[in-house]
Amino acid sequence: MKNVLILGATSDMAQAIAKKYAAEGWSLTLAAIEPELLASIASDLRVRGDVTVDTKTFDATDFENHRAFYESLETRPDAVIAVFGYMSDQEKVRTDIADIRRTIDINFTGMATMLSVIADDFEKRGRGAIAAISSVAGDRGRQSNYIYGSAKAGLTAFLSGLRNRLAKKGVHVMTVKPGFARTKMTENMELPEALTASPEQIADAVFKGLEKKRNVVYTLWMWRYIMLIIRHIPEFIFKKMGM
Amino acid sequence: MRTISDWGNYPVIEADVAGFDSVGQLRKQLEDPGELIAFGNGRSYGDASLQKRMVLTRRFSKFLSFDESSGTLCCDSGVLLSEILDVFVPRGWFLPVTPGTKLITVGGAIAADVHGKNHHVDGSFGQHILSMDIMRNDGSIITCSPTVNAEFFKVTVGGMGLTGVILNASFRLKRIETAFIREETVRAANLGEIMDCFEVSVGWTYSVAWIDCLAKGDSMGRSIMMRGEHAQTHELVSPTHKHAPLKVNKGMQLAVPFRFPNFALNPLSMKAFNFAYYNKCRPGTHQHLVDYNSFFYPLDAISNWNRIYGKRGFTQYQFVIPKEAGREGMARILKRITDSGLGSFLAVLKLFGEQDSFMSFPMEGYTLALDFPISQKAMELFKELDAMVADYGGRLYLAKDSRMDAAMFEKTYANADEFRQAVTLLNEGETRFASLQSKRIGITN
Ligand SMILES: Cc1cc2nc3c(=O)[nH]c(=O)nc-3n(C[C@H](O)[C@H](O)[C@H](O)COP(=O)(O)OP(=O)(O)OC[C@H]3O[C@@H](n4cnc5c(N)ncnc54)[C@H](O)[C@@H]3O)c2cc1C
Ligand SMILES: NC(=O)c1ccc[n+]([C@@H]2O[C@H](COP(=O)([O-])OP(=O)(O)OC[C@H]3O[C@@H](n4cnc5c(N)ncnc54)[C@H](OP(=O)(O)O)[C@@H]3O)[C@@H](O)[C@H]2O)c1
Repeated sequence: MKNVLILGATSDMAQAIAKKYAAEGWSLTLAAIEPELLASIASDLRVRGDVTVDTKTFDATDFENHRAFYESLETRPDAVIAVFGYMSDQEKVRTDIADIRRTIDINFTGMATMLSVIADDFEKRGRGAIAAISSVAGDRGRQSNYIYGSAKAGLTAFLSGLRNRLAKKGVHVMTVKPGFARTKMTENMELPEALTASPEQIADAVFKGLEKKRNVVYTLWMWRYIMLIIRHIPEFIFKKMGM
Repeated sequence: MRTISDWGNYPVIEADVAGFDSVGQLRKQLEDPGELIAFGNGRSYGDASLQKRMVLTRRFSKFLSFDESSGTLCCDSGVLLSEILDVFVPRGWFLPVTPGTKLITVGGAIAADVHGKNHHVDGSFGQHILSMDIMRNDGSIITCSPTVNAEFFKVTVGGMGLTGVILNASFRLKRIETAFIREETVRAANLGEIMDCFEVSVGWTYSVAWIDCLAKGDSMGRSIMMRGEHAQTHELVSPTHKHAPLKVNKGMQLAVPFRFPNFALNPLSMKAFNFAYYNKCRPGTHQHLVDYNSFFYPLDAISNWNRIYGKRGFTQYQFVIPKEAGREGMARILKRITDSGLGSFLAVLKLFGEQDSFMSFPMEGYTLALDFPISQKAMELFKELDAMVADYGGRLYLAKDSRMDAAMFEKTYANADEFRQAVTLLNEGETRFASLQSKRIGITN
């Protein structure tokens, strides 16, 4: 039976991803900060179906312990999906040093350290798949969320490099760029319905993307074109726009 | 803040919304003083789950336990009925009661005490609840059942979220051998015929009729009854079904991608639809084997079908009148509706069985539900219909309502006063449960 490790497993997207993999017959290792919620997610999955689920406490900002965390896993995973992330209301915190660091630590540094450890192991084994949730916000810095956006841009670049390195080693790396998704991160925000994906849609896209070894997946296809346009607006015009 | 509405897109409001993953998070939300209401999946039609501050329950949706021997499921209130079906139909279990959409939460099913096509046999959803936990306005949790804290249980079933936030519930699923329904359709030429048909169909577990509300004169009330039973294994014919009797294909999911312009639905297009639908069914009685989705949830196959009503939104007028008043009353009310020419395609008729509960909508008698695009004319028509419904001793379904006035509610819900007192008592304190509806119809102020 194949095993998937989901990092940040209490997020809404991750919960949908876990259900998808369980339904496809994989065994699961769920890792997140919140042990209580994690336990209830695991027991929910067991009631829903016959599935093997392990849980592990994991903090993305506990960089020093990422190797120990990985080595402590009972089952070495065939696929890893890193979902954790952090977005604050930038208008409120753009000069809050602690919040800027937190945004970068979780969205970029934590991803880079954790995935580097995993990448080494996968490289040695000569197989495995890694997917991480970045964001269209990383495709171009915009005034409304460039701190989060730049951390995600870093993650996107990191994943692209990792893919480049591991492609010849039998290890596949996939970058997932959701547009808007209706999750607790965006619960109280006005989102354009037609451009907003459900966690389930994202879970399907992640599963299918990895099966088909896609490199970069935009969830909801329109976003690829929206971001293509946004990226190509000349800077002298872009800087005057209020995005 | 975000814009939000229930299924009818009327009214549309701006609200502060927040969900919760744990009991602790909900308790924290309730520490904030003020008024709020639970919002499940927004499948009520009007404003029953709307308010400037709302608790979203959809994310609170874990399956807690399932007992294979008795079929008892315990799950959080945010679980959708569709999730229960996805998990348990393949294992040979079905919902004890289900409304015409599976996209509602368990919390919404209890709070509105929903009914299905088997009401005359199995009653409403609330009658199947063995036990549930509710968080009160002060953050305390109360466990209740028909025997434990029975008074609290009584006001919470059908209590439209006004007694607290339902956290989880246990109820028994029912055994099925196959995922298919042996369906029989019967065409009835007018109201008299369809009512006869209901009365001889009480032996069927499921029955409902689609009624053409635009047909007038001698054909007024022409309808198609659909009645059904869970098919047994030996009744299946196709080898694929016989081989995997509990498996259904996903089917095609269509979507209405945007709001239709208001003029798209006009009397002509509706008439054409109704004519086609009625004539698609040949006269007489016909048997088919259909999967449970096509039998119970034909509309769920089209996501966002509510958008065909455009920006103005729509409402569903659903009333019930006692069986004694049935023939005469239904004929008079239906005539008023067909004369107005305002009704649209979805009109559903059903005969309820007896029901003895505190605030729930069903009573032994006939219920008719039909959709209307929002308009001044429709609002005036509803006023007239209200008077007739009240005269016959009937009432309107709160889960569908967005416009009834306090006087109508007071007149038609026998326990209105007692319910208001209970809600007032339960809401003492800084945090109170109230919806736009509860304020409009005078349950809360
Ligand atoms: C296509 C369609 C067909 C339908 N057919 C039927 C039918 O055949 N029979 C029938 O009875 N109904 C039917 N309905 C109505 C629907 O079943 C009810 O309105 C149901 O209550 C909707 O549940 P929801 O989860 O969407 O809740 P919402 O619409 O969000 O809320 C409904 C009410 O429940 C309360 N509530 C929700 N969750 C909780 C909670 N956890 N704790 C406390 N209160 C809560 C809300 O405050 C509100 O008062 C239909 C609706 C549609 C759209
Ligand atoms: N929602 C969108 O519109 C959208 C769009 C594009 C990209 N994304 C990305 O999608 C991913 C999933 O987000 P979501 O929308 O599902 O929102 P979410 O539910 O808020 O997910 C974020 C998750 O990250 C976890 N997390 C935060 N800090 C952590 C840490 N130090 N260590 C481990 N886990 C930590 C959170 O755990 P706690 O809850 O326990 O804090 C939470 O479960 C994120 O990477 C997000 O950036 C979201």
